[in-house]
Amino acid sequence: MPDSKRQPRQQSSLPVRIYRFYLDGFKAMTVGRSLWLLILIKLFILFFVFKLFFFPDVLSRDYDNDEQRAAAVRSSLIDDKR
Amino acid sequence: MNDLMSVVDWSRAQFALTAMFHWLFVPLTLGLSLIVAIMETIYLRTRSERWLAITKFWMLLFGINFAIGVATGIILEFEFGTNWSNYSWFVGDIFGAPLAIEGLLAFFMESTFIAVMFFGWKKVSPGFHLAATWLTALGATISALWILVANAWMQYPAGMEFDPVQMRNVMDNFGEVVLSPVAINKFFHTVLSGWVLGGVFVIGVSCWFLLKKRNRDFALRSIKVGGWVGFAGIILTLYTGHGSAVVVSQCQPMKLAAMEGLYNGTNGQSLVGFGILNPEKTPQNDADPMLWEVSIPKGLSCLIDWRNPDGFVPGINDLIDGKMLDTAGNPVPAVSYAERIAMGKKAHDALRDFDRAMVEGDTLAMNTARASLNENYRYFGYGYLESPYDAVPPVALTFYSFRIMVMAGGYLLLFSIVFLYIAYRRPAILSRKWLSWVGMLTIPVVYICSQSGWIVAEVGRQPWIIEGIMPTTAAISKISVASVQLTFWMFAAVFTALLAAEISIMLKQIAKGSKTNYESLKD
Repeated sequence: MPDSKRQPRQQSSLPVRIYRFYLDGFKAMTVGRSLWLLILIKLFILFFVFKLFFFPDVLSRDYDNDEQRAAAVRSSLIDDKR
Repeated sequence: MNDLMSVVDWSRAQFALTAMFHWLFVPLTLGLSLIVAIMETIYLRTRSERWLAITKFWMLLFGINFAIGVATGIILEFEFGTNWSNYSWFVGDIFGAPLAIEGLLAFFMESTFIAVMFFGWKKVSPGFHLAATWLTALGATISALWILVANAWMQYPAGMEFDPVQMRNVMDNFGEVVLSPVAINKFFHTVLSGWVLGGVFVIGVSCWFLLKKRNRDFALRSIKVGGWVGFAGIILTLYTGHGSAVVVSQCQPMKLAAMEGLYNGTNGQSLVGFGILNPEKTPQNDADPMLWEVSIPKGLSCLIDWRNPDGFVPGINDLIDGKMLDTAGNPVPAVSYAERIAMGKKAHDALRDFDRAMVEGDTLAMNTARASLNENYRYFGYGYLESPYDAVPPVALTFYSFRIMVMAGGYLLLFSIVFLYIAYRRPAILSRKWLSWVGMLTIPVVYICSQSGWIVAEVGRQPWIIEGIMPTTAAISKISVASVQLTFWMFAAVFTALLAAEISIMLKQIAKGSKTNYESLKD
């Protein structure tokens, strides 16, 4: 690459260089494109389907504060399980 | 009670499914990242284009495995909050802290340096690229460390104090959590087993190249690196496995008794090399525990302490009865399981009294109850058991899984020695078809070995989710069986699809790699 073309890139700030690093990397991907698609589908299923609709944090959902949650666990551990 | 058991069983099955699926990817990431780093180091030292091509090929397979496997472990954390909410609350920051460190430090380390590995070949200096590759391997290992520390704490709870107000175990000594004997052995044993898996994977795939009679030099070089990593890995895994067994004998003797199918221990206890368990045998009857066995005299006593071949190893009934002997056969004080149950129930009563006193604002009664709770807290979980026999893990599954792991481990040692010998001394033999098939078919063996190890670790510690302190039945949330069954099958479907995608993409890339002519590259 000619020096005249390289010069502006060398003067770029660090965030811009990092951005270009990733941009160029993503553009040059071959197998990576399918993998990224797979990762995004997987993350969507995990976080927007499973987590949102099927995996609530039970104690956070059912009780308003930590005191109530502690009381619920205490009650469950000393009364319900015997 | 039946509904409770169903929720527990389905939740355990779901957790096992998720963890075992996650564990298909993790050891390959651990092993392959190291192998790729070694290959790139060789490339940088030799500047050989062939080594560069080899590095890039295995790096691509590493990337595929990483991409498919990434975030599959997150599901386990979802399950803690939904299925195991009592447990999740009860362990507090002890479990949360290592997982948070894992997420923040190791994951970002891995993802940053993986980007440099894949995008940086022409963007950064060769030295920096190599550093990124090594740091990716290190990041994966550190990531595993924190998860294993959390798991080890469940097997050997240490470095905490129970706070009955918060209903949480509060960490009071981070060092004891991280450096517990179980954590140290578990970390090394598990990570090193990943090296074995990575090495066998590289040898197996290289054998496919040989079977297709393509890129022989490529395959030979890969087998040498994979063979050394696999050999070092299996030697160290066997060594740390021995260390793990010694720690189990001290911290989880009931698990060791189940691993050995041992009901009534003796001084100079023999080791069962292989045997068939008597399905009629229970701790309550006098049936012979084995239908057939091959034993090594005094083997188990020697394995636990080689200086003490006459040492006593307690069996399931000895532990239940609180029978412990010294080397000379004299009784040593030990707490029977009936006593543990009584102390566990005292702890429950104390917690109940504490709760009542807290509601009434009676500080004196709270302090008295707290003192009684602290005194008996070590056996808190035993208070949930109806009989001492409830503390016996599934013996058959633990016993056979242990033997599968050990036998497969022995085979893998032989396998790596043979392939290293052939690669260096008799490379001509590598063109034999049967040898290539042996190499390829060993890939499933190493996975079975690895998964069996986890079955021993996790099934062998039942009924505990936290050893001695919380059984799985107490850890469960108040949720319906149907909801757990539904998500179980949803996971099964998604995991099957992901696994099919991984295998398909990997096979495609391996096939593509085998057609590339690496032999034309400069050496």
